[in-house]
Amino acid sequence: MSPGTFVQLTGPNGSGKTSLLRILCGLLAAAEGQIMWEGANIRSLGEEYVAQVTYVGHRHGIKDEFSAVENLRISNALNGVSVNQDRAFEVLGQMGLAGRESLPARLLSEGQRRRVALARLLVCDTKLWLLDEVLTSLDKGAVSLVRSLIENHVAGGGIAIVATHQELELPIGRTKRLELTT
Amino acid sequence: MLRWIVWRDLMLAWRRRADMLSTVFFFVIVVSLFPLGIGPETQLLRTIAPGVVWVAALLASMLSLGRLFANDYQDGTLEQLLLTPQPLFLVVLGKTLAHWIVAEVPLVLIAPLVGVQFDLSRETLWVLFVSLLVGTPVLSLIGSVGAALTLGLRGGGVLISLLVLPLYIPALIFGAGAVEASVMGTSPSAHLQLLGAFAIVSLLFTPWATAAALRISLE
Repeated sequence: MSPGTFVQLTGPNGSGKTSLLRILCGLLAAAEGQIMWEGANIRSLGEEYVAQVTYVGHRHGIKDEFSAVENLRISNALNGVSVNQDRAFEVLGQMGLAGRESLPARLLSEGQRRRVALARLLVCDTKLWLLDEVLTSLDKGAVSLVRSLIENHVAGGGIAIVATHQELELPIGRTKRLELTT
Repeated sequence: MLRWIVWRDLMLAWRRRADMLSTVFFFVIVVSLFPLGIGPETQLLRTIAPGVVWVAALLASMLSLGRLFANDYQDGTLEQLLLTPQPLFLVVLGKTLAHWIVAEVPLVLIAPLVGVQFDLSRETLWVLFVSLLVGTPVLSLIGSVGAALTLGLRGGGVLISLLVLPLYIPALIFGAGAVEASVMGTSPSAHLQLLGAFAIVSLLFTPWATAAALRISLE
Protein backbone atom coordinates (compact mmCIF):
# COMPACT_ATOMS: atom_id res chain seq x y z
CA MET A 1 0.00 0.00 0.00
CA SER A 2 1.52 3.28 -1.09
CA PRO A 3 1.16 6.74 0.46
CA GLY A 4 -2.04 8.51 -0.53
CA THR A 5 -4.20 5.41 -0.54
CA PHE A 6 -7.72 5.19 0.77
CA VAL A 7 -9.13 1.75 1.47
CA GLN A 8 -12.78 1.18 2.16
CA LEU A 9 -13.32 -2.04 4.03
CA THR A 10 -16.77 -3.52 3.54
CA GLY A 11 -18.44 -6.82 4.29
CA PRO A 12 -21.33 -8.27 6.25
CA ASN A 13 -21.40 -8.25 10.06
CA GLY A 14 -18.92 -10.71 11.48
CA SER A 15 -16.78 -10.85 8.36
CA GLY A 16 -13.71 -9.66 10.26
CA LYS A 17 -13.47 -5.95 9.51
CA THR A 18 -12.77 -5.06 13.12
CA SER A 19 -10.39 -7.99 13.55
CA LEU A 20 -8.44 -6.91 10.49
CA LEU A 21 -8.14 -3.34 11.78
CA ARG A 22 -7.09 -4.57 15.21
CA ILE A 23 -4.45 -6.78 13.60
CA LEU A 24 -3.24 -3.82 11.54
CA CYS A 25 -2.79 -1.63 14.60
CA GLY A 26 -1.10 -4.42 16.54
CA LEU A 27 -3.74 -5.02 19.22
CA LEU A 28 -4.37 -8.49 17.86
CA ALA A 29 -1.74 -10.97 16.69
CA ALA A 30 -2.32 -12.38 13.22
CA ALA A 31 -2.81 -16.15 13.13
CA GLU A 32 -0.83 -16.30 9.91
CA GLY A 33 1.33 -13.89 7.98
CA GLN A 34 2.76 -10.60 9.13
CA ILE A 35 2.15 -6.89 8.76
CA MET A 36 5.05 -4.98 7.28
CA TRP A 37 5.52 -1.22 7.68
CA GLU A 38 8.25 0.42 5.58
CA GLY A 39 9.90 -2.96 5.15
CA ALA A 40 9.89 -4.10 8.77
CA ASN A 41 7.51 -6.25 10.78
CA ILE A 42 5.26 -4.13 13.01
CA ARG A 43 5.86 -6.54 15.89
CA SER A 44 9.56 -5.73 15.86
CA LEU A 45 9.00 -2.01 15.23
CA GLY A 46 6.83 -1.75 18.35
CA GLU A 47 6.41 1.82 19.57
CA GLU A 48 8.02 3.22 16.45
CA TYR A 49 5.12 1.88 14.39
CA VAL A 50 2.44 2.74 16.93
CA ALA A 51 3.59 6.37 16.79
CA GLN A 52 2.56 6.48 13.11
CA VAL A 53 -0.92 5.06 13.62
CA THR A 54 -4.19 6.56 14.79
CA TYR A 55 -6.91 4.04 15.57
CA VAL A 56 -10.48 5.00 16.30
CA GLY A 57 -12.46 1.94 17.31
CA HIS A 58 -16.16 1.55 17.82
CA ARG A 59 -15.72 2.09 21.50
CA HIS A 60 -15.05 5.81 21.64
CA GLY A 61 -12.03 5.74 23.90
CA ILE A 62 -13.09 8.84 25.82
CA LYS A 63 -13.58 9.11 29.56
CA ASP A 64 -17.07 10.06 30.78
CA GLU A 65 -15.62 11.91 33.76
CA PHE A 66 -13.54 14.26 31.63
CA SER A 67 -14.80 17.12 29.49
CA ALA A 68 -14.28 17.12 25.74
CA VAL A 69 -11.29 19.44 26.09
CA GLU A 70 -9.67 17.29 28.77
CA ASN A 71 -10.27 14.13 26.76
CA LEU A 72 -8.65 15.63 23.70
CA ARG A 73 -5.69 17.10 25.56
CA ILE A 74 -4.96 14.01 27.66
CA SER A 75 -5.24 11.49 24.86
CA ASN A 76 -2.90 13.61 22.77
CA ALA A 77 -0.46 14.19 25.61
CA LEU A 78 -0.23 10.42 26.05
CA ASN A 79 0.56 10.17 22.35
CA GLY A 80 3.32 12.72 22.76
CA VAL A 81 1.43 15.56 21.02
CA SER A 82 0.81 18.56 23.21
CA VAL A 83 -2.39 20.47 22.48
CA ASN A 84 -2.90 23.73 24.32
CA GLN A 85 -6.24 24.94 25.61
CA ASP A 86 -6.91 27.35 22.71
CA ARG A 87 -6.08 24.79 20.07
CA ALA A 88 -8.31 22.21 21.78
CA PHE A 89 -11.26 24.65 21.79
CA GLU A 90 -10.61 25.50 18.14
CA VAL A 91 -10.52 21.84 17.09
CA LEU A 92 -13.67 20.96 19.01
CA GLY A 93 -15.38 23.96 17.45
CA GLN A 94 -14.46 22.60 14.03
CA MET A 95 -16.00 19.29 15.04
CA GLY A 96 -19.27 21.11 15.77
CA LEU A 97 -18.96 20.95 19.56
CA ALA A 98 -18.75 24.69 20.19
CA GLY A 99 -20.27 25.57 23.55
CA ARG A 100 -20.02 22.02 24.85
CA GLU A 101 -16.26 21.79 25.24
CA SER A 102 -16.28 21.87 29.02
CA LEU A 103 -19.20 19.56 29.72
CA PRO A 104 -18.37 16.13 31.14
CA ALA A 105 -18.50 13.67 28.25
CA ARG A 106 -21.20 11.62 29.97
CA LEU A 107 -23.64 14.47 29.32
CA LEU A 108 -22.97 14.41 25.57
CA SER A 109 -25.05 12.45 23.10
CA GLU A 110 -23.67 9.39 21.33
CA GLY A 111 -22.96 11.36 18.16
CA GLN A 112 -21.25 14.14 20.09
CA ARG A 113 -19.05 11.64 21.92
CA ARG A 114 -18.11 10.19 18.56
CA ARG A 115 -17.18 13.69 17.43
CA VAL A 116 -14.92 14.10 20.47
CA ALA A 117 -13.21 10.83 19.60
CA LEU A 118 -12.79 11.94 15.98
CA ALA A 119 -11.37 15.33 17.00
CA ARG A 120 -8.10 13.44 17.53
CA LEU A 121 -7.80 13.12 13.76
CA LEU A 122 -7.52 16.90 13.45
CA VAL A 123 -4.51 17.21 15.73
CA CYS A 124 -2.56 14.01 15.13
CA ASP A 125 0.23 13.89 12.58
CA THR A 126 0.23 10.14 11.99
CA LYS A 127 0.56 8.51 8.59
CA LEU A 128 -1.85 5.63 8.96
CA TRP A 129 -5.46 6.04 10.04
CA LEU A 130 -7.48 2.99 10.99
CA LEU A 131 -11.12 3.90 11.47
CA ASP A 132 -13.64 1.32 12.54
CA GLU A 133 -17.32 2.09 11.90
CA VAL A 134 -16.71 5.72 12.73
CA LEU A 135 -19.72 6.98 10.80
CA THR A 136 -22.34 5.30 12.94
CA SER A 137 -24.51 7.71 14.96
CA LEU A 138 -23.11 10.71 13.08
CA ASP A 139 -25.41 13.14 11.28
CA LYS A 140 -24.99 14.15 7.62
CA GLY A 141 -22.91 17.21 8.42
CA ALA A 142 -20.49 15.20 10.53
CA VAL A 143 -20.20 12.47 7.91
CA SER A 144 -19.18 15.00 5.27
CA LEU A 145 -16.76 16.53 7.78
CA VAL A 146 -15.14 13.15 8.37
CA ARG A 147 -15.03 12.57 4.62
CA SER A 148 -13.17 15.85 4.10
CA LEU A 149 -10.77 14.98 6.92
CA ILE A 150 -9.95 11.67 5.27
CA GLU A 151 -9.66 13.42 1.92
CA ASN A 152 -7.11 15.89 3.26
CA HIS A 153 -5.20 13.13 4.98
CA VAL A 154 -4.99 11.04 1.80
CA ALA A 155 -4.17 14.08 -0.32
CA GLY A 156 -1.31 14.82 2.06
CA GLY A 157 0.22 11.40 1.45
CA GLY A 158 -1.39 9.54 4.32
CA ILE A 159 -3.08 6.16 4.27
CA ALA A 160 -6.60 5.66 5.57
CA ILE A 161 -8.27 2.29 6.07
CA VAL A 162 -11.91 2.72 6.94
CA ALA A 163 -14.38 0.00 7.79
CA THR A 164 -17.87 1.22 7.01
CA HIS A 165 -21.22 0.18 5.63
CA GLN A 166 -21.85 3.59 4.10
CA GLU A 167 -20.52 4.64 0.73
CA LEU A 168 -17.53 6.89 1.16
CA GLU A 169 -16.40 7.80 -2.37
CA LEU A 170 -13.46 10.14 -2.40
CA PRO A 171 -12.90 12.31 -5.46
CA ILE A 172 -9.12 12.18 -5.21
CA GLY A 173 -6.35 9.68 -4.61
CA ARG A 174 -6.41 5.97 -5.13
CA THR A 175 -9.51 4.43 -3.68
CA LYS A 176 -9.45 0.73 -3.11
CA ARG A 177 -12.32 -1.39 -1.99
CA LEU A 178 -11.73 -4.50 0.03
CA GLU A 179 -14.74 -6.69 0.55
CA LEU A 180 -14.53 -9.36 3.21
CA THR A 181 -16.82 -12.36 3.16
CA THR A 182 -17.72 -14.74 5.92
CA MET B 1 4.69 10.49 29.91
CA LEU B 2 4.47 8.55 33.17
CA ARG B 3 3.47 11.83 34.77
CA TRP B 4 0.51 12.21 32.41
CA ILE B 5 -0.83 8.73 33.16
CA VAL B 6 -0.54 9.23 36.89
CA TRP B 7 -2.16 12.66 36.62
CA ARG B 8 -4.98 11.28 34.45
CA ASP B 9 -5.78 8.46 36.88
CA LEU B 10 -5.60 10.75 39.89
CA MET B 11 -8.01 13.18 38.21
CA LEU B 12 -10.38 10.33 37.38
CA ALA B 13 -10.24 9.10 40.98
CA TRP B 14 -10.92 12.62 42.20
CA ARG B 15 -14.00 12.90 39.97
CA ARG B 16 -15.29 9.67 41.52
CA ARG B 17 -14.11 10.15 45.09
CA ALA B 18 -16.96 8.06 46.50
CA ASP B 19 -15.14 4.95 45.24
CA MET B 20 -12.00 5.95 47.10
CA LEU B 21 -13.87 6.74 50.31
CA SER B 22 -15.67 3.40 50.29
CA THR B 23 -12.32 1.58 50.41
CA VAL B 24 -11.15 3.66 53.37
CA PHE B 25 -14.43 3.21 55.24
CA PHE B 26 -14.33 -0.54 54.63
CA PHE B 27 -10.85 -0.66 56.16
CA VAL B 28 -11.81 1.45 59.16
CA ILE B 29 -14.98 -0.55 59.84
CA VAL B 30 -13.38 -3.98 59.51
CA VAL B 31 -10.54 -3.01 61.86
CA SER B 32 -12.96 -1.47 64.35
CA LEU B 33 -15.21 -4.54 64.49
CA PHE B 34 -12.56 -6.58 66.30
CA PRO B 35 -12.13 -4.45 69.43
CA LEU B 36 -15.90 -4.06 69.59
CA GLY B 37 -16.44 -7.80 69.34
CA ILE B 38 -13.68 -8.86 71.70
CA GLY B 39 -14.14 -6.27 74.39
CA PRO B 40 -11.56 -4.41 76.47
CA GLU B 41 -9.01 -7.21 76.86
CA THR B 42 -5.99 -5.09 76.08
CA GLN B 43 -3.45 -7.92 76.15
CA LEU B 44 -5.40 -9.95 73.58
CA LEU B 45 -6.07 -6.88 71.42
CA ARG B 46 -2.38 -6.00 71.36
CA THR B 47 -1.57 -9.55 70.24
CA ILE B 48 -4.07 -9.69 67.39
CA ALA B 49 -3.66 -6.07 66.22
CA PRO B 50 -0.85 -6.66 63.66
CA GLY B 51 -2.71 -9.46 61.91
CA VAL B 52 -6.09 -7.73 61.98
CA VAL B 53 -4.86 -4.43 60.53
CA TRP B 54 -2.81 -6.11 57.84
CA VAL B 55 -5.56 -8.53 56.79
CA ALA B 56 -8.02 -5.63 56.65
CA ALA B 57 -5.59 -3.74 54.39
CA LEU B 58 -5.33 -6.77 52.07
CA LEU B 59 -9.11 -7.11 51.85
CA ALA B 60 -9.61 -3.37 51.32
CA SER B 61 -7.20 -3.40 48.40
CA MET B 62 -9.27 -6.22 46.85
CA LEU B 63 -12.19 -3.79 46.66
CA SER B 64 -10.36 -1.29 44.51
CA LEU B 65 -8.32 -3.64 42.31
CA GLY B 66 -11.28 -4.58 40.14
CA ARG B 67 -11.49 -0.98 38.95
CA LEU B 68 -7.81 -0.67 38.09
CA PHE B 69 -8.24 -1.55 34.41
CA ALA B 70 -11.95 -2.42 34.10
CA ASN B 71 -13.27 1.12 33.57
CA ASP B 72 -10.66 1.89 30.94
CA TYR B 73 -11.37 -1.43 29.29
CA GLN B 74 -15.09 -0.75 29.01
CA ASP B 75 -14.89 2.69 27.45
CA GLY B 76 -12.08 1.77 25.05
CA THR B 77 -9.44 4.05 26.56
CA LEU B 78 -7.35 1.02 27.50
CA GLU B 79 -6.87 0.10 23.81
CA GLN B 80 -5.87 3.71 23.18
CA LEU B 81 -3.36 3.48 26.03
CA LEU B 82 -1.93 0.34 24.45
CA LEU B 83 -1.56 2.27 21.21
CA THR B 84 0.42 5.14 22.70
CA PRO B 85 4.05 5.23 21.59
CA GLN B 86 5.63 4.22 24.89
CA PRO B 87 6.51 0.91 26.50
CA LEU B 88 3.42 -0.71 27.97
CA PHE B 89 5.14 -1.43 31.27
CA LEU B 90 5.45 2.33 31.81
CA VAL B 91 1.71 2.76 31.29
CA VAL B 92 1.12 -0.08 33.75
CA LEU B 93 3.58 1.40 36.24
CA GLY B 94 1.83 4.78 36.05
CA LYS B 95 -1.59 3.28 36.60
CA THR B 96 -0.32 1.13 39.47
CA LEU B 97 1.34 4.13 41.10
CA ALA B 98 -1.91 6.09 40.83
CA HIS B 99 -3.80 3.14 42.32
CA TRP B 100 -1.39 3.04 45.23
CA ILE B 101 -1.81 6.77 45.88
CA VAL B 102 -5.60 6.61 45.62
CA ALA B 103 -6.41 3.31 47.30
CA GLU B 104 -3.50 2.48 49.61
CA VAL B 105 -2.00 5.72 50.88
CA PRO B 106 -5.23 6.74 52.68
CA LEU B 107 -5.14 3.37 54.50
CA VAL B 108 -1.50 3.90 55.47
CA LEU B 109 -2.31 7.34 56.84
CA ILE B 110 -5.36 6.27 58.80
CA ALA B 111 -3.90 3.00 60.15
CA PRO B 112 -2.12 4.58 63.17
CA LEU B 113 -5.44 6.18 64.12
CA VAL B 114 -7.45 2.96 64.01
CA GLY B 115 -4.50 1.18 65.69
CA VAL B 116 -5.18 3.20 68.84
CA GLN B 117 -8.25 1.01 69.42
CA PHE B 118 -5.90 -1.92 70.03
CA ASP B 119 -4.01 -0.18 72.82
CA LEU B 120 -0.79 -0.11 70.80
CA SER B 121 2.10 2.00 72.07
CA ARG B 122 3.21 5.07 70.14
CA GLU B 123 6.31 3.25 68.94
CA THR B 124 4.27 0.30 67.66
CA LEU B 125 1.87 2.61 65.83
CA TRP B 126 4.88 4.13 64.10
CA VAL B 127 6.09 0.66 63.07
CA LEU B 128 2.58 -0.15 61.82
CA PHE B 129 2.65 2.99 59.68
CA VAL B 130 6.10 2.21 58.25
CA SER B 131 5.28 -1.44 57.59
CA LEU B 132 2.15 -0.44 55.65
CA LEU B 133 4.05 2.28 53.79
CA VAL B 134 6.65 -0.24 52.64
CA GLY B 135 4.21 -3.11 52.15
CA THR B 136 1.21 -1.57 50.39
CA PRO B 137 3.05 -0.95 47.09
CA VAL B 138 3.35 -4.75 46.94
CA LEU B 139 -0.44 -4.98 47.14
CA SER B 140 -0.91 -2.62 44.20
CA LEU B 141 1.87 -4.19 42.14
CA ILE B 142 0.88 -7.83 42.56
CA GLY B 143 -2.78 -6.89 42.43
CA SER B 144 -2.30 -5.26 39.03
CA VAL B 145 -1.27 -8.63 37.58
CA GLY B 146 -4.47 -10.20 38.88
CA ALA B 147 -6.57 -7.28 37.64
CA ALA B 148 -5.05 -7.55 34.16
CA LEU B 149 -5.50 -11.32 33.98
CA THR B 150 -9.17 -11.21 35.00
CA LEU B 151 -10.03 -8.25 32.75
CA GLY B 152 -13.35 -8.67 30.98
CA LEU B 153 -14.21 -11.92 32.76
CA ARG B 154 -17.55 -12.38 34.44
CA GLY B 155 -17.13 -12.66 38.20
CA GLY B 156 -13.65 -11.19 37.84
CA GLY B 157 -13.79 -9.72 41.35
CA VAL B 158 -13.88 -13.08 43.08
CA LEU B 159 -11.29 -14.47 40.71
CA ILE B 160 -8.89 -11.62 41.52
CA SER B 161 -9.12 -12.47 45.22
CA LEU B 162 -8.41 -16.14 44.55
CA LEU B 163 -5.44 -15.28 42.34
CA VAL B 164 -3.91 -12.47 44.30
CA LEU B 165 -4.54 -13.10 48.01
CA PRO B 166 -2.23 -16.16 48.16
CA LEU B 167 0.51 -14.05 46.55
CA TYR B 168 0.08 -11.44 49.28
CA ILE B 169 1.08 -13.94 51.98
CA PRO B 170 4.77 -12.95 52.15
CA ALA B 171 3.83 -9.28 52.53
CA LEU B 172 1.35 -10.20 55.24
CA ILE B 173 3.87 -12.31 57.15
CA PHE B 174 6.67 -9.73 57.06
CA GLY B 175 4.37 -6.73 57.55
CA ALA B 176 2.41 -8.17 60.47
CA GLY B 177 5.67 -9.70 61.74
CA ALA B 178 7.30 -6.29 62.01
CA VAL B 179 4.42 -4.89 64.05
CA GLU B 180 4.36 -8.02 66.20
CA ALA B 181 8.07 -7.72 66.89
CA SER B 182 7.47 -4.17 68.05
CA VAL B 183 4.60 -5.30 70.31
CA MET B 184 6.95 -7.90 71.84
CA GLY B 185 9.57 -5.21 72.37
CA THR B 186 12.11 -6.49 69.85
CA SER B 187 13.47 -4.75 66.77
CA PRO B 188 11.21 -4.85 63.69
CA SER B 189 14.01 -3.94 61.28
CA ALA B 190 14.64 -7.49 59.98
CA HIS B 191 10.99 -7.88 59.00
CA LEU B 192 10.87 -4.43 57.47
CA GLN B 193 13.96 -5.11 55.41
CA LEU B 194 12.54 -8.35 54.07
CA LEU B 195 9.29 -6.54 53.29
CA GLY B 196 11.26 -3.84 51.46
CA ALA B 197 13.12 -6.49 49.48
CA PHE B 198 9.82 -8.08 48.51
CA ALA B 199 8.50 -4.68 47.39
CA ILE B 200 11.57 -4.09 45.22
CA VAL B 201 11.32 -7.52 43.60
CA SER B 202 7.61 -6.89 42.89
CA LEU B 203 8.46 -3.52 41.37
CA LEU B 204 11.02 -5.12 39.07
CA PHE B 205 8.88 -7.96 37.78
CA THR B 206 5.17 -7.24 38.03
CA PRO B 207 4.91 -4.35 35.51
CA TRP B 208 6.13 -6.69 32.78
CA ALA B 209 3.80 -9.46 33.87
CA THR B 210 0.87 -7.04 33.97
CA ALA B 211 1.76 -5.67 30.52
CA ALA B 212 1.84 -9.17 29.07
CA ALA B 213 -1.45 -10.04 30.78
CA LEU B 214 -3.09 -6.88 29.38
CA ARG B 215 -2.04 -7.75 25.84
CA ILE B 216 -3.57 -11.20 26.24
CA SER B 217 -6.78 -9.83 27.78
CA LEU B 218 -7.25 -7.30 24.99
CA GLU B 219 -6.81 -9.71 22.08
